[in-house]
Parts: sequence; C-alpha cells; structure tokens
Amino acid sequence: MKRSPRPAAKDLPGRLAFGGFAAVMSLLGLAIEPLQRLFGVRRMAWVFLAPNLAIFGIFILFPMAMNFYYAFTGGTALYPQDRPFVGTQNFERIFACSNYLDPSTCREDLFWRAVFNSGTFVLLHVAGLVGFALVTALVLNAKIRARGFFRSVYFYPVLLSPVVVALLWKWILQRDGLLNAIRVALDLERVLFLLNADWAMFWVIFVTIWANMGFHTLILLAGLQSIPAELYEAAQIDGTGPLRSFRHITLPLLMPNVMVVLVLAMIRAVQQFDLVYVLTGGGPGSATLLMVQYIYEVGFASQIQRFGLAASASVTLGVVLLIITLIQLRVGRGSESHLA
Amino acid sequence: MHATDWLAYAYLAVGVLVMFGPVVWLVASSFKTAAGLLEFPPTFLPYAQQTVEVDGFDQLLPLFDVTLEDGNVRRLAQIRRVGIQAQMVDPAAPDQRITVGIDQREQVRELRLAWENYTVPLRRFNFLSYLRNSVVVTITATIITLLVNSMAAFALSKYRFRGRNLVFLLIIGTLMIPISVILVPVYLVITQVGWVNNLWGVIIPGAATPTGVFLLRQYMLTIPDQLLDAGRIDGASEWRLYWQIVLPLSAPAMAVLAIFSVMWRWNDFLWPLIVLTRSELFTLQVGLNAFQGELNVQWHYVLAMTVLTLLPITVVFAFLQRFITTGIASSGVKQ
Repeated sequence: MKRSPRPAAKDLPGRLAFGGFAAVMSLLGLAIEPLQRLFGVRRMAWVFLAPNLAIFGIFILFPMAMNFYYAFTGGTALYPQDRPFVGTQNFERIFACSNYLDPSTCREDLFWRAVFNSGTFVLLHVAGLVGFALVTALVLNAKIRARGFFRSVYFYPVLLSPVVVALLWKWILQRDGLLNAIRVALDLERVLFLLNADWAMFWVIFVTIWANMGFHTLILLAGLQSIPAELYEAAQIDGTGPLRSFRHITLPLLMPNVMVVLVLAMIRAVQQFDLVYVLTGGGPGSATLLMVQYIYEVGFASQIQRFGLAASASVTLGVVLLIITLIQLRVGRGSESHLA
Repeated sequence: MHATDWLAYAYLAVGVLVMFGPVVWLVASSFKTAAGLLEFPPTFLPYAQQTVEVDGFDQLLPLFDVTLEDGNVRRLAQIRRVGIQAQMVDPAAPDQRITVGIDQREQVRELRLAWENYTVPLRRFNFLSYLRNSVVVTITATIITLLVNSMAAFALSKYRFRGRNLVFLLIIGTLMIPISVILVPVYLVITQVGWVNNLWGVIIPGAATPTGVFLLRQYMLTIPDQLLDAGRIDGASEWRLYWQIVLPLSAPAMAVLAIFSVMWRWNDFLWPLIVLTRSELFTLQVGLNAFQGELNVQWHYVLAMTVLTLLPITVVFAFLQRFITTGIASSGVKQ
C-alpha cells in the first residue's frame, strides 16, 4: 500500500499512540482478514456489522421484544419461564380508574399521578426550553463580539451530569441556601422550595431547562446562520420592519430546526429521570413523580418488584410517545408545505 | 451602539450569571468548613475561624476578639465554653485564664480553603473507588464504542448489500425508544450473562449507539469510493482499507463521537444504578447520589465530591469547546 498516514517525527507521544493503534488493529486483523477469503469482499460488510449488531440485538432488540412479553405476565419472578401468563391483567390494572382525571380513584394511583406530572412537565418544559433557546439563538445571531465565548457559556450546563446539576441546585434551594439568602436580604420570607409541591414542580422545570437549553440553542443558531443574509437585505430595501421580516423570513426558514428541537426536547422530557430523581426524589410526596421514575420504582426499587406491571407501564409510555411524535411530525410537515 | 445591542449584551450578561453563577457558587461553597456552611447569610468566599497553638494545650484553640469591661479589645484563645460563659487565655501568657461572657466575643476569621472536604471522602468514603470505576467505564466504553460503531458505519456506508437499508432503519428507529421500555429485560439479560455487579454490565449494553453509527455513516459517505477501489487494486484487504484509509479520514467525526461517548458514560446514572448494587463498584454518579441520600447530609463533603465529579468534563470542555459546539450544530442529534 503506497498510502499510509505519517505522524510528525518529533511528536513522540503521537507516534507511540499511533504505533499502539496500528499494533492493535493488526492484531485484530489476524482474526478478521482470513474471513475475507471465506466470505468475499461483498459479504465482509456483515463481518463489520457483526459486533454492533450483536450488542444491538442482545441488549436492545431482544429486550424490546421481551418487554412486550413481560407486560403480559404476572408473578414476582425475574425469569420469563417462571412467570405465569396473565394476558391483559396488568393493563387492566393500570387502566382501572373510576375517574380518569382523579388519580386517587385509580387502582394504580401513582401511575396516573405520574402521567399528570409528566404531562405538565413536558408541556411547560418544552415550551420554556424552545422559547428561551429561540430568544438566545436570536441574540447570539446578532452582530455581537465574543460570540464563541457566549455560546460556550450557554452550552456548559449541558455537559454537567444530571446528578451534579441536581445537587448543585438542591444546595442553592436549601432552607438557608443562596436563594433564600437573597430573599431574606430583600426582606422576604424564606421558602422551603423543595418541600412545597408547586415550587418543587417549578424548580424541576426550571433546572431541566437550565441544564438543556444550550444544546437546543446551538441547533437553532446553526439554523439561523444558514439563512442567507441577502433575504434580509432585500427585505430591508423593500422597507420591511424587523418584526415582519422575522415572521416572514426567519420563522418559516427556521421551522425545520424548530421541529427538530421540539421533537428532541419532547422525547427527552418524557424520558426525564436522573435529574428529577436526585433533585426531589419524586417529592414532596409524589408531586414531581415522573413516568420513568414510576417504572423504576415499580420494577426495581419497591419491596416487591413487579416486573409485569413495570413492563406494561413502559409499553403504554412507548405507545404514547410514538403517537405524540407522529402527531408532531405530521403537524411539522403541514407547516412546511405552507412554504411551498 | 443601538438600543437593541445594549439589550442583547444585557441579556447575555444575565445569561453568564445564571449559567456560570451556580457552578461558581458550588465551587466556593465546597471549600467552606461544615461550620462555615451553616452560617446565614452565607459569605461568598470561604472564611473559617482562625486557630492558634498555645503552650500547655494539645489542641488548636479558636481565636476571638474579646471586648473587656474596660472597653479594651484583646485577642484571646478560647479553651472551652460552658453555657453563657467562656474560658479564654492569652496565647502570649498561657498561665492566666480569663472568663468572659459569650456576648463579648467575636470570631477572628481568615480565608481558608477546606481541602479536607476533598481528601476525607476520597480516603474514608470510597470516593477513590468511585472515581476509578468511572474512569475505567468511560475509557473502555468509549474505545469499544468507537471501534464497533465505526465498523458498522463503514459497512453501512461503503458496501451495498441486501438488507442494508433495513438494518440502518432498525438502528435509527430505536433512537425513539425510551430506555424505560427495555430496563427490565436488559436487566434479565445482564443477570443471565452474569454481569450484575460487574462493570462489563455497565460498559457493553450501551456500546452500540445508534447516534454514533448515524454520525459516522453520514461522515463516511463523503469519503470517495475511488480511494477504496485504488486500495483494493493494490491488494489491500478490506480490514486494512477500514483502518488505514477510512478511519484516519473519519478522524473529525470520530473525535465528536469520542467526546459524546465520554460525556454520556461519565454522566450515566440510571443504568449503573440498576446494575451495580455493591458500593465498591459504584461509579461517581451513583456513589454521589448514595452519599447525599443519607439521613444526615454532610454537605461539605457532598459539595466537594460534586465539584470533583464535574472537574474532568470541565477540563475537556475548556480545551475542546470549539470542537464540541460546532460538532453538535452540524450533527444535530444527541442520545
């Protein structure tokens, strides 16, 4: 082979790293290259796909199918063969409510409380997230100095782990924490934020927006920057005001990015667990109990692990998520065809 | 400057405060002593009471400024406090004991960084193990992810075979599936394989990332096929084509995936929470959560370990921020 990458002579660590890399690859090649004689060039694609497909099949596809089966079984055993088939009993149990709008009338009241909490959370979180991300992207898109710096500032919280973010804000929201210190300095009463149901939900929404906004800001900013400047210049020459050019140029051309942000944010909001679990633990009581935490508790964290119920709850959640996403995509496509 | 420019800068300034402020506050708080954390209203910088060594006493004695009856203020060290009275001594003249009321004292404070907040949990509370486990999981998982995903992306971008589109759609389709749908059965599979309470049970299941395959495939599609054909004519095996041509040319996308993988793995919480029940195997995230969940929360330790947990990612960010922010903008997807 005449072509091979050459590292710089003076870069010893780089050369060592490359040498190590080459050695490992050659070693792997000892096992893989003979397969080429067996399968031929075309079929080598499957050899390359094999590791990924194996992990994917064993740890994602197979469990997905299994989960479906589990939803129709009962008992407390972990292994499927030890679990009695109970048909739709788990689903019936979940949907056993005399009044669907009042969780306390339901057999699985925690499930429905989680449904309402998740619903509230997803709506307010996504609305706030997209709103703030849009405004921030617009500000960052303007002619300002040190844009790279500000972009990084908004992105930094995205890198922090949910556990870190939750603990950090838990500390600030303490009875004698920073926020209450400010309140007292302003002559206001202290508030036990995380012990009050409404405040807890507010802060859950605020902190999750805080932690995720930067990511979506970047996506919208990239979209804004790809809108050709000539469009705005032409509009200006025509005498169009900034508000009108926003409505008729920016918004329509940004719509695809906004749709991406909406769908991504919504999917992640429905699956929210880590941050809320550490921040409030679902509390006070079950005021901030979200769907995934419910599934986790039912399947893993209770005295009696009810795998069947957890599985059926997760199947229900998956179906709802699928429906919402499809609706969103349908609506999105409708607004795009407006442009044409 | 326009009025709108002022507004923009004001908004950005508030943004810096709201985005960075909490973390700065966290770091500042982590250096305060347990007593310092209990103070209200809190100070920004970590102040602790000064202590002094006095002849005839084993322990360091706290220092106070005491207002005496004659109005003079003397700097005295406190031996003990009983009720509303405190027994003090002049460090220069340790034989004479002076008794004052506690209202007459005022703490003498100095700027002190409580490094023990960091060292004690590492030594006494298993945090060194947590750190080691997190590092092992993150590095191993990232290497495996890079290898396995790039091989799959190579197959899906540079080969034509029956079922190619189906496989790709299958992989991408699972992006939408919430992890909660597979929690229970993956746990079953892990149990069968014997990987419960084993770091491999945390490393392997997440290695076949759809996002990674998607990202790398998109990038590899831009590599001209002629390069591969030329290599084949020269007699190179497919494996060599993969790692000597395609991989080096895919370096930018691999770098983005590496950064993502490090981030996902370091921050992973739910899955390690389920798989690992023995505390010596906990990763930093799980260990941190367990530590703060105890009845009497030792905030000075929790805060310090929280800072420790966010340190590596912050360092990576500081050096690679341009990479990260442009990489995400162009790919537009995250797991």
